[in-house]
Parts: sequence; structure tokens; C-alpha cells
Amino acid sequence: MIDQILMVLIDGINYSAWLFLAAVGLTLIYGVMKIVNVAHGSFYALGAYMAASVVGAWVTLDYPPYLYYLALFAAALISGFTVGPLVERVLLRYQYEKDEVVILLITYALFLVMEDVIKLIWGVNPYFIVEPYAYLGNFSVGEMTYPNYYILMFGLAITVGLALTFVLKKTHFGRMLVSVIHDREISAAMGIDVGKIFVVTFSVGCALAGIAGAFTAPTISVSPGLGVEVIVLSFAVVVTGGLGSLPGVALAAIIMGLVRAFCIHYIPHLELFVIFGVMALVLAFRPRGLFSLAEARKI
Amino acid sequence: MKLTKALVAGLMSGLALTSAHAQNEEPINLGVVTFLSGPAASPFGVPARNAAELMIQEFNAGKAPAPYNNKGFGGSPIKMTIIDEAGSSTSVVTEFRNLVQRDKVDLIVGYISSGNCLAIAPVAEELKAVTFLFDCGTPRIFEESAKNYVFRAVNHATADSVGAARYLKAQKPNVKNFGGINQNYAWGQDSWKDFSGAMQVLYPQSTVTTSQMPKLFAGQYSGEISALMASRSEVVHTSFWGGDLEAFILQSAPRGLYKNSDVVLVAGETAMYRLANRIPDGTIIGARGPYGVLAPQSALNTWFREKFTDRYNVPPNYTAYQMAHSIMAAKLGYEKAMAANGGKKPNPDQIAAAVRGMEYEGPGGVHKFALSNGHQAVSETAYGRTKLVNGEMTIVDVMRFPAEQVMPPVGVKSTDWIAGGMKSK
Repeated sequence: MIDQILMVLIDGINYSAWLFLAAVGLTLIYGVMKIVNVAHGSFYALGAYMAASVVGAWVTLDYPPYLYYLALFAAALISGFTVGPLVERVLLRYQYEKDEVVILLITYALFLVMEDVIKLIWGVNPYFIVEPYAYLGNFSVGEMTYPNYYILMFGLAITVGLALTFVLKKTHFGRMLVSVIHDREISAAMGIDVGKIFVVTFSVGCALAGIAGAFTAPTISVSPGLGVEVIVLSFAVVVTGGLGSLPGVALAAIIMGLVRAFCIHYIPHLELFVIFGVMALVLAFRPRGLFSLAEARKI
Repeated sequence: MKLTKALVAGLMSGLALTSAHAQNEEPINLGVVTFLSGPAASPFGVPARNAAELMIQEFNAGKAPAPYNNKGFGGSPIKMTIIDEAGSSTSVVTEFRNLVQRDKVDLIVGYISSGNCLAIAPVAEELKAVTFLFDCGTPRIFEESAKNYVFRAVNHATADSVGAARYLKAQKPNVKNFGGINQNYAWGQDSWKDFSGAMQVLYPQSTVTTSQMPKLFAGQYSGEISALMASRSEVVHTSFWGGDLEAFILQSAPRGLYKNSDVVLVAGETAMYRLANRIPDGTIIGARGPYGVLAPQSALNTWFREKFTDRYNVPPNYTAYQMAHSIMAAKLGYEKAMAANGGKKPNPDQIAAAVRGMEYEGPGGVHKFALSNGHQAVSETAYGRTKLVNGEMTIVDVMRFPAEQVMPPVGVKSTDWIAGGMKSK
């Protein structure tokens, strides 16, 4: 019985960590910029492909294997902080005055374009960079074996969550960010450079998607279309948690991960829709999500 | 008078020859539909397109071995119009209509997705367009309603599932339990239904431990792998394909799933070269028929493998074989109809009549359009186990099962045949 509970917990937490990493960038961008970034999945895919190239070269050049993880991180940052600012400066900054739906459609178009650009650069054949996954070995709980890579993913999710919380709560930049989240116009009137906040936020959000993609790459076949599933799941997590809420994303990811793991072990045929079932249930009682931010009514 | 008759006869035959020559100059427009984008492009769509290009090039040059050594189709060069299968079923149907009505193709070879096959089959019938489905597995195409213009030149999915169960029975006479992980859509559900049905016929005392049905393209299978390992299944069946199959192998092999279970990868052949050193020895691999590494030795197979490998630097996988088979069947059927039509270009009814019940040989051996009023082909199927030799993936313990052991007999639906004990007439 304890083994069964542990199994559900480990599988659930592992999936929760992945969900959190995949969705946190999306909620950050929405929270600050009020943009539903449909291209989030493409930034995830870009991180995965970049990781495939960087780690592939790393292995070929026979560099130290314990630095794989640094290479994965670097790949994610490169993808997020090069393409992110470019998209924000060239494409999005001229659209902020337009309706949210227009910006949503623009990011959808960007998603389609990026899918093809990725195919143009990396082709349609899959890439495998299993070395960082295999290098860490396994751990056992009872008779069950799990890869140590799970622990890495869990640690990464915790680190990302804590780092974002620290920046938002304890730094000058974070306070400016919170101010922009609450009211863009008042923040600008108080002297905050909203444009700068936007470009940094969008880049960080893209880099977070890249981190999720890069660290998932060693466990999957990096092939065309891998961002599609991620964007759907990320939306489910972000909407359930409350658009723009960091604790909301964390809680929604934990609930969804654990419920999904329970279903896999005990009612496998419910797995297909369990995540969306949780979302529907939460939204039925809390239409703005678990941790929706209070909005001042403007007169 | 005799001279006049001779002159007239000479003139007429000259005209006929000129007409035949002119007709042979007119190309045969062959529509080819396969995934060129999306997750199914790399494992299936692109190898199939490559096979189509190779076959057309060889046929047009008249360099293929007999009986495929006539130039093009009956002497007419083949012009290929290729369409991406990606998109919704609605757009796939629209593209099909465009091929037939706008591009005026003479024949169509295509479709990987069972959903797309089900969607276009009635449209092909409506437009009287002779269509060869080359990869999709669903038996429902012909079992739910009779077709006049739609054909499938290879086995349907029942052969894959029943073949896997028969292989297990031959290799492992006593299996007490088995589990599965399959994608939650038509292909995955049908595969599991056929496999579990066949297992319960061959091992009446066996029980199902768990049936995992993750979403298509889920990519993350840690929970499902735990559930399969915890179930202590003697056999684990999966019809995963493409990136899902590769992710499943990458995530499950290091955790030791293969140590305690015989894992059956029904469509594993497409991943075996890419993940050669990641697939544990002894894994049971299928190629959805006698294709790829499981193809029988023959002159046609040697020719096809060599030509394909020379041109693309990789050996052909099973979808490349299925495409080659379908184009070969189309060529033979077209030429048979042309001969029956006095050497003139045949119409769709004549082509369909010629293909119905036809037997042909391809690189995967002899196939016969035997079922569903001669529209569904049958052939043997094969399975084997992986073994890494000097870093190269090889297949050992290959077993072949004749068509009557893996496909239902004429007039019997697949599900009824399995439920009735899989008896051959």
C-alpha cells in the first residue's frame, strides 16, 4: 500500500514539475503584458532543438559529461534571449494598443511561422540527446526504479519557482514588475520604463519555455510538432491556476500531476481528459482560477 | 481494289500507331499523398515520399526488374503530383477533390492516417477515382461497406496484432498476464482490442494487467511506465509510432521495463536504426508486415533496398515498402487494364476491374487482393527480436506467419474472426 502511494506521489510530482516548468513562462508573460502567447509552445520547441544541437556538439567534442546540464541551460538561455527580444521589439511592441484578441492571433501566426522555421533549420528528422538523462543513473523505491533525472527536474522546478518569487518580492525590478502587473498606465506615470519591463519579461518568459524544452529534450524524440501538446497543457495549467499567478501555476501543476498519476495507476482510461476535467471543475467554482489576481475597477 | 484496300489498311494502321504513340507521350498523372510535415513526416511520410520518387524514376527509365520493366505506366511516363497529408480531415478531403477534379490525376496512392482513409474513401467512390491506400491500418474501410474504386495493397492492422500474439505463442507458450500502452485514438485502440482479443484466444487463461491509453503525442510516459512495471506484466504490447515510440523507448529502457517483460513494439521497425543502442536485446519488433528488415529474400527486395539505400543513404523502412508495393500494384493493374482495353488508356472502371483479385509481387513478397471483393490485399507477416551485434542492430528469431493465420477469411469481419478463435477456412 505504501509502495503504491509512493509510486503515485513520485510519478505525480515528476509530472507536476514538468507541467510547472512548461507553464510558468506563459503565466509570467500574461501577468505582466496581458498577452496570451500562443507561440509559447514554439519557444519550448526552440529550447529543445537548441539543446539538441548544443548537447550534440558537446558529446561529439567529448566535453565533460557533468557539464551537460550547464549546456542545456545555456541552450535554453540562448534561444530565449535571442529570439524573445527580437519578437517583442520587431513584432509585438507595435501591437500593445490593439485588442488582446488581435495580439493572440499574432502570436498564433508566430507559432505557425516558428514551427516552419524550426523545420527549415533542423529538418524533419528527430534528434536524440539521451546522454544527460542516462548519465545520472537511477534510484530505487521499493522494487521500482526511477531515473535520477526526475530529481533534477524537480530541483529545477523548485529553483525556478523560488528564483521568480525572490525576484518579484525582494528586488527593485520585481517591485516595478508587480506595479506594471497591477496598472500599466500608473506605473508609466510613476516613471517606470514599461517598454523595458515588457522586453525583459517577454524574454524571460521565452527563456523559461526554452528551459522546459531543453531539459525535456533528453527524455524525448526532438521532432517537429513537439510544441503543440505543450501549449495546450500549459494553457490548462495557467487557466486553472489563475492567469498571471505564480502560486496558481504551482498549485494547479501539483493538483493536475497528482490526479493524473492517480488515474494512470487506478483508472487509466480517465487519463485522456483528467487534466481538462480538473480544469473544468476548478473553473466551475472559481471562474477566474485558483489564484486569480484581484483587479481594481476602473472608473 | 486490293491495292486500295491495302492502302486504306496501311493508312488506318499508321493512324492507329500514331495515335498510340501520341497517347504514350501523354503522361499518367499519379497523385501521391503522404505526411510531409508534422510528427508523422519523419518516420512515415518522408520515407514513403522517397520510395514514391524512386519508383517513379525507375519506372520512367524502364529500369525496374520484370514484371515492372515497361516504361512508366504502359509506356506513358508518370508525372507525380504530391500533396501533404497534414491537416484536418476536412482539408484532406478538399485536397483529394482538388487532385481528382482540378489536377485530373489518373490514380491516387496515399494516406497514412486511418482517420483520413475513412474520410476520403467515400469521396473516392463518389468521384470514381481509383485510389490505393498505402499505410493506414483500419479494417473498417472495407468491412463497413463495399468499395468499387478504393484498394489497399497491403494487410490491414489485424495482421499486426494477431501476428504479434502468434509470435508470442510460438516463442513463449505460457503467458499468464499481459499489459499494454497504446495511443488513445483509432489506431491505438483498435490495435489493443485486436491484440488483447488474439491473446485471449491463444492464452485462454491469461489476464489483462493494465491497459494504458495516453493521449497521442503526449511525450511524457513516466507514470504509465511505473504502472506497467508495477503490474508485473509478462508481456507489454505497444503500437506506439514515431516520436511517441522513441520517447517511450528512451524513458522505459533505463528503468528496466524490458528486464521483466517481453516488450512487443508492433511498429518498432521505424525506430530500430535511430535507437539501435537504446533498444534492449530481445525486444520483439514488427514492421507492419514482411517489410524492412523483415522482408523475404528475393531479387525484387534486393533491387529495392539497394536502390533506396544508394539514393537516400538509409535503408527503406516499412512505410517505404508499403508505398513501393502500392505503386507497383497500381502499375500492374493499370497495364493489365490497358492490355484488356486493346492498348488504349483504360478508364477507372477498367482499372478497378483489373486490380480486383490481382496477385502481385513486391519487395515484401507476394500479395493478393483477396478480401472484400478483391479490394483488400493479404500477405504473410513477420516478427523478430532485436540483437545488437558490433553496435549494429540486427533481428534474430524471425518467424513468418502466412496470410490465412493473421488475416480473416473472405466475408468475415476482423473482430468476429478474432472472437471466433481465428480459424482459417
